[in-house]
Amino acid sequence: MSTSAGAGQRATRRSLTRTLTRALPVTPAVVLLLLFLAGPIAYCAYIAFTDLQLTGQAASSFVGFENFRTAFKDEAFLNAVWLTLVFTVLSSLVGQNTLGLALASLMQRASKPVRTLVGGIVITAWVLPEVVAGFLLYAFFRREGTLNAILDWLHLPSQNWLFTLPILAVSFANVWRGTAFSMLVYSAALNEIPKEITEAAEVDGAGGWRRMWHITLPMIRRSIGTNLMLNTLQTLSVFGLIWVMTRGGPGNRSQTLPLFMYEQAFQKSMIGYGTAVALLLLVVGSLFSVVYMRLLRTEV
Amino acid sequence: MTVATTKSRRANRRLAADAGLLVLATAFVLPLAWVVLSALDPRADLRVRVPDGLTLGNFDAVLTDDVTFTPLLNSLMLCGGGTLLTVVCAALAAYPLSRFRSRFNRPFLLTVLFATCLPITAIMVPVYALFVRVNLIDTMQGTIFFFAASQLPFAIWLMKNFMDGVPRELEEAAWTDGASSFQSLVRIVLPLMGPGVAVVTVFSFVMMWGNFFVPFMLLLTPDQMPASVSINDFFGNRGTVVYGQLAAFSVIYSTPVILLYVLVARKVGGGFALGGAVKG
Repeated sequence: MSTSAGAGQRATRRSLTRTLTRALPVTPAVVLLLLFLAGPIAYCAYIAFTDLQLTGQAASSFVGFENFRTAFKDEAFLNAVWLTLVFTVLSSLVGQNTLGLALASLMQRASKPVRTLVGGIVITAWVLPEVVAGFLLYAFFRREGTLNAILDWLHLPSQNWLFTLPILAVSFANVWRGTAFSMLVYSAALNEIPKEITEAAEVDGAGGWRRMWHITLPMIRRSIGTNLMLNTLQTLSVFGLIWVMTRGGPGNRSQTLPLFMYEQAFQKSMIGYGTAVALLLLVVGSLFSVVYMRLLRTEV
Repeated sequence: MTVATTKSRRANRRLAADAGLLVLATAFVLPLAWVVLSALDPRADLRVRVPDGLTLGNFDAVLTDDVTFTPLLNSLMLCGGGTLLTVVCAALAAYPLSRFRSRFNRPFLLTVLFATCLPITAIMVPVYALFVRVNLIDTMQGTIFFFAASQLPFAIWLMKNFMDGVPRELEEAAWTDGASSFQSLVRIVLPLMGPGVAVVTVFSFVMMWGNFFVPFMLLLTPDQMPASVSINDFFGNRGTVVYGQLAAFSVIYSTPVILLYVLVARKVGGGFALGGAVKG
């Protein structure tokens, strides 16, 4: 009795030691993640409730939900929320997603050289550094840029896009830069649909659009969900692209939440307030992450 | 329906798809054409046009220590250091997750997946405030650590998935010969998943190379700035913008990541493998 209890204890201890030895290689990653990712997130949740300013570190004090109350009364903040929504819906949900699916399904039928060429061009736009993409589209949309040159040539009215419709210009820029990702996800998904199914539908006389709607889309719905989530998360955190193209301006007409957060924290020195906005962004991002993980649940 | 009409219909459809793709690609190619043509144009402006004459003068003008070499070297140190740290930590962490069953695996992987999705942009203000407190602001090592931490979740996730593809039996032979877990990871598993390691390495490097916000926030001294931040100087400090030089610098700065992408795409199907990895 006592011996078996002792053996049991020893076995437990041995399995504990084994678990610890086996977990040892995970330590560097865990330490790094705790110090540089979890740490800042916890710190974020803390200073969002203080009135910390860029100058005078020591003077900060706990202010409860004051920053959040200020935010929801602040027209500039509500403007940023609205613009972020417009930017996300236009560029991620509508632009990247639809264009990516269109490119991927055209590629299924196109000849190989065209497929390779077009794929290469679209992917190059994606691989380019964010700031470079920003400059290229700045040049494209400027008053003396390429878009207006084309419009002139077609005898259509040209305008200063970055001034008249800045949010539209940066949304297009994000579509230009991000579509490759959707294209790759959808190409992979479409390749997995068995040929027999589409061919059977074709024999039954289903036209292109009906095949798309009734067969292709339902079969790739998981990929659509994944793609929408990841696109949205990427779009929520775009900073460099907009910063290079418009600096959030003119005025604050293209100031999405990340740019608003930056302005409050650094140009107006209100770190506490800027962080409160950051925390809201983080919470929205986390909600999307949770939904995304639900979609992937069977995989882990 | 005869075979001939099906065939010609299929050919027509292919032609239509080709035409559609080429039209869409035109919109994508115009900004790219601008940067390449302007870089070679002695009198470049903001629109796409055939250059007045070809010149390498723009490249000559930017290839100096101040403008190109120092920022690129800084980028290389930041991204090289960050990538090395990421890949080593991810490989070590992925091994037990892939090889041993434990009740901690699932929660750990779920946390990692969750962290993969967080918008890093949102935490940059608190990271700045924290770095000021612990004196890591404006240091290369601080920025490298943060880069590594921000790429680590996705790197662990990818690495673990690639490692699952290496059969256990190959290692068991080494274990009976008395090799430790660490030896079998380094000598057997990692070499067998070469393409996977390449994908993780290139992906991390490319993400860091293109990142603007992190060094923009965490570094202050101009001498330490990587290319992603220093490129903005073409607008600020040098008076009128010389677009030809900006374009030439953009080409130099972008070339390494494009080459790396092509290299890894040749080897493992590139973006398609990546698309598959995030598709789950």
